[in-house]
Amino acid sequence: MSTTSTQDRPGPIKARPVPHPGRWVALAVIAVVAAMMLSSFLTNPRWNFPFALQVMNYKPVLNGLLKGTIIGTVGSMVIGIAIGVIVGVMRLSTNPVLRGVSFLYTWFFRGIPRLVLMGILGSGLGFLYPKFDIGPLPFSQQLAHALGLHGDLTIFTLNVNQFSSTIIMGIVGLGLSEGAYMAEIARAGILSVDPGQNEAAQALGMAPGKTMRRIVLPQAMRVIVPPTGNETIAMVKDTSLLSALPLITELYFQTNAVGTRTLQIMPTYVAATAWYLIICSVLMVGQSYLEKYFGRGFGAPSKKAQQKLTKIGADH
Amino acid sequence: MPDDTTTAKAADPALVHAVNVHKSFHGNEVLKGIDLDVRRGEVVVLLGPSGSGKTTFLRCINQLESIDGGRIWVDGELMGYADKGGTLHRLTDRQIAAQRRDIGMCFQRFNLFPHKTALENIMEAPVHVKGQSREQARVRGMELLERVGLKDRPSAYPAQLSGGQQQRVAIARALAMDPKLMLFDEPTSALDPELVGEVLDVMRGLARTGMTMIVVTHEMGFARDVADEVVFMDGGVVVEQGAPRAVIDNPQHQRTRNFLRRMRAEQEEFVHAAAALADIPVPDPGAGGAAR
Repeated sequence: MSTTSTQDRPGPIKARPVPHPGRWVALAVIAVVAAMMLSSFLTNPRWNFPFALQVMNYKPVLNGLLKGTIIGTVGSMVIGIAIGVIVGVMRLSTNPVLRGVSFLYTWFFRGIPRLVLMGILGSGLGFLYPKFDIGPLPFSQQLAHALGLHGDLTIFTLNVNQFSSTIIMGIVGLGLSEGAYMAEIARAGILSVDPGQNEAAQALGMAPGKTMRRIVLPQAMRVIVPPTGNETIAMVKDTSLLSALPLITELYFQTNAVGTRTLQIMPTYVAATAWYLIICSVLMVGQSYLEKYFGRGFGAPSKKAQQKLTKIGADH
Repeated sequence: MPDDTTTAKAADPALVHAVNVHKSFHGNEVLKGIDLDVRRGEVVVLLGPSGSGKTTFLRCINQLESIDGGRIWVDGELMGYADKGGTLHRLTDRQIAAQRRDIGMCFQRFNLFPHKTALENIMEAPVHVKGQSREQARVRGMELLERVGLKDRPSAYPAQLSGGQQQRVAIARALAMDPKLMLFDEPTSALDPELVGEVLDVMRGLARTGMTMIVVTHEMGFARDVADEVVFMDGGVVVEQGAPRAVIDNPQHQRTRNFLRRMRAEQEEFVHAAAALADIPVPDPGAGGAAR
């Protein structure tokens, strides 16, 4: 409760800042190393950047990028996030059967390598079950046989071998695997929400399902989004495993094919690396927007929001 | 707002009727047979040392905690169970949620939804639980914000509000469901001392409108001025209850006297400390209500 009159209020402090000589030394070292690298890029003809650029724009490579890498990433992440949220919520359910099922799911799909899973789905599944007969009841065929019916009650038949080497099977496989990881991320996100939020919603008469959808999950998203961005970026790279289905319309297989054909191996690696880096950069921008959206109401308001508040005189 | 829609039920004077309520946590008995009747329009303050079971009892009334023994009726409805010919059937979570719609609650830690603005917090339950239109809920939400003195902050997020403002939004959020009964769980305990008054003022105003309220608090001044009945709990039982003057100024039991003496000592210490800081002479603490 001291009193300060405006007259003896001092002006802003004019002091010399703390010197940072280390920063300048580090900058010099990095500059020299960068210059050396750049010089080698430009003078070593084996890099062959013009050829790498050509490979990046080669039609089959672009086709593989779009139909394998990008569609594969988007599709498998959509399936993975959907499965992950459902399995994650199930894991926290009061129903012991659901808890058990979700534990088994996570245990299985987190345990097998994606490369092995691609092999199983691409070759093994079609070998075991060339056709899926979909009937109206469980055990339709056995039931029809037991009742002595002529038909076997099949509504339609899925020819598995038609799918086994397509992007659809790839998306299903990578999505099932991703679901297991996303389930753990979703569970962690849900557990991070203050239990008081659940109680407040309950006290307002909100049913448990709605409380999860409207109150808990939106807040859990703040915690779920950053690791999901991580998973998405990992998935971009894991789409190269589609070639184990085998599916060849995929970025890495296509650049590699050019390499083995032309014996220009390194420039094709450069082309693949450049495309992967470009996609991941775009995804990082998207992630930062999502984080801003789900972070609303938490922490300090953004600069823009603060200016708005000051303008209407609503802050203090 | 006097309740004129339930004239049929108004014949029964008790809105809350609790009989022999028992509750244990992991073998530790917290409530050892609580009986309490709260009449319509009455303000009941629950006093007692921490660990006495008053908060647990409050949470049992709206079934945030299930009870192990006894019965609680709110407005003639048995809470948490259906009595079918003498056999009790536990209600589903959904049915219990429906029972809570008429009972508002305010928490010590406010528990506003941090990802929603003040107005959105208030509109949430009317729109998504009661099915009101957004427009209707918005108009009513603004009315309620005005009533708690925050009509200029509808689009502020909880993190941008002070504790007292947050608690007032929380009160408005509970009122938006037009509850028959309001439960307050230490609504001012988490607030800085200078913010306590604004929340208590809103609660006083609410009491004047005839709202039935059960309040767990340590604010003696509020209990004395506003309560119709004060219930002193200790060790999971009701030690004594009655009019505030009787319980606070003339307690019959040693446990009540000890508790009140401790509370008074704390309040006097607070007054002295505040006076020393402000460099003013210490006022006579009078009949013990000086802290307010």
